[in-house]
Amino acid sequence: MKSTKFVTALVLSVALTATTAIADAHLNNAVGARQAQMTLYGFNLGTLGGMAQGKIEYDAEAAQKAADNLAKLTSLDQSALWPAGSDNFAMGNVTRAKPEIWDNFPDVFAKVAASNEAAVAMAEAAGGGLDSLRGAIGPLGQACSACHKAYRAPKE
Amino acid sequence: MRRIFLTLAVLGLIGLAAFYVLTIPRTIDPEEIAGLTGDVTRGEAVFYQGGCASCHSAPNAEGDEKLKLTGGRKFPSPFGTFFAPNISPDPVNGIGSWTTANLVNAMKFGTSPTGRHYFPAFPYTSYARVPVADMVDLKAFMDTLPAVDNPNQPHDVPFPFNIRRSLGGWKLLFLSGKPVVDAGDMTDEQLRGQRLAEGLGHCSECHTPRNILGGVIKSRWMGGAPNPEGKGKVPNLTPHKDGLAWSQSDIAEYLKSGFTPEFDTAGSLMADVIDNSAHWSDADRLAVGAYLKVLPEVAKKK
Repeated sequence: MKSTKFVTALVLSVALTATTAIADAHLNNAVGARQAQMTLYGFNLGTLGGMAQGKIEYDAEAAQKAADNLAKLTSLDQSALWPAGSDNFAMGNVTRAKPEIWDNFPDVFAKVAASNEAAVAMAEAAGGGLDSLRGAIGPLGQACSACHKAYRAPKE
Repeated sequence: MRRIFLTLAVLGLIGLAAFYVLTIPRTIDPEEIAGLTGDVTRGEAVFYQGGCASCHSAPNAEGDEKLKLTGGRKFPSPFGTFFAPNISPDPVNGIGSWTTANLVNAMKFGTSPTGRHYFPAFPYTSYARVPVADMVDLKAFMDTLPAVDNPNQPHDVPFPFNIRRSLGGWKLLFLSGKPVVDAGDMTDEQLRGQRLAEGLGHCSECHTPRNILGGVIKSRWMGGAPNPEGKGKVPNLTPHKDGLAWSQSDIAEYLKSGFTPEFDTAGSLMADVIDNSAHWSDADRLAVGAYLKVLPEVAKKK
């Protein structure tokens, strides 16, 4: 009898630990995935921004590819990337995502949608010459900043 | 015994009198601005250099809404919570009834039209370095902005910090109006950047750490500080290896578009700053870059 209780307790505690570990892994994976997505934004934006700033020579084809990538990336469904509890207070310094995100989901997704609109506008502009690309880069950067302004904490 | 008591009483009275005199809110001699006329176009440039809208527009205002200086944004600090006032031209709740001298006194000395000390959440410690002519231009521009009758929210500042008179003492310690950085033989561009960054730009208000009394620690000028709004840090802008590794043109580009050299974009309070610096001239943005490159190096705090 005593040993049955002990085994039950043991099984329960192992199960609980495993559940917590799975939950942690789930949150960490989500943080990793969304940061990877941000890296892909930055990489493609680097091509377009580099051309706009004159650091890279303008190349219509390369610009078009980068802009198409951005339009696709910003259209991905992100709902699974932002699970509750994956903010910078709950998880500490692995993320800079402020808890306000989870209080304002409609606004966050409206801002994501706005970034997609800006990226689509860029995809229409990027192949049409350097001036056309330059005209679309400002709104695109502002769309990124709109979310970072409201929902991303400064670096530690 | 009685003599000692008398001496102490007299010394005490002298002390009180000295405190009274030394903490009188200062104002400008009207003669100094008598001959100046405000230029609206110049004033608009001053407005964006000073970043007035970042604090005085409504919370979360964007675009043209930022020209409505309704006040209401909240500023938590170790001394209490401050609420930005309405500085739109509304004659009752805003500053529509102010004279140009009133604005100059506010920015240069932190003195209100009724002769009270302002709390230094209003960055007059930086604005004190701004030429009076700029303030006169600014007044002309601000008079053209829309009036909003949004009422002011009183600051939530507990005793003893709510004793305004004591701010006179604080000002003796921390308000000088003098330039901070002396990097030897500075170029015209570096000096231009210094005037903007240390004055209207008021960069040091967030990028320099503060002592226990809330004064900026000049030996750690622009060396990075805790984020006043919570988690994270305001970055070190000095050329130390712990600081900013960007080139002058990287800095200018960031102030223009918000893009870092890695094509991240500005966030948090700095995104508000970029909303202003996007309106500056290229020469101004490059000048700030030139100034940041000659800052004395500050290492990360261990």
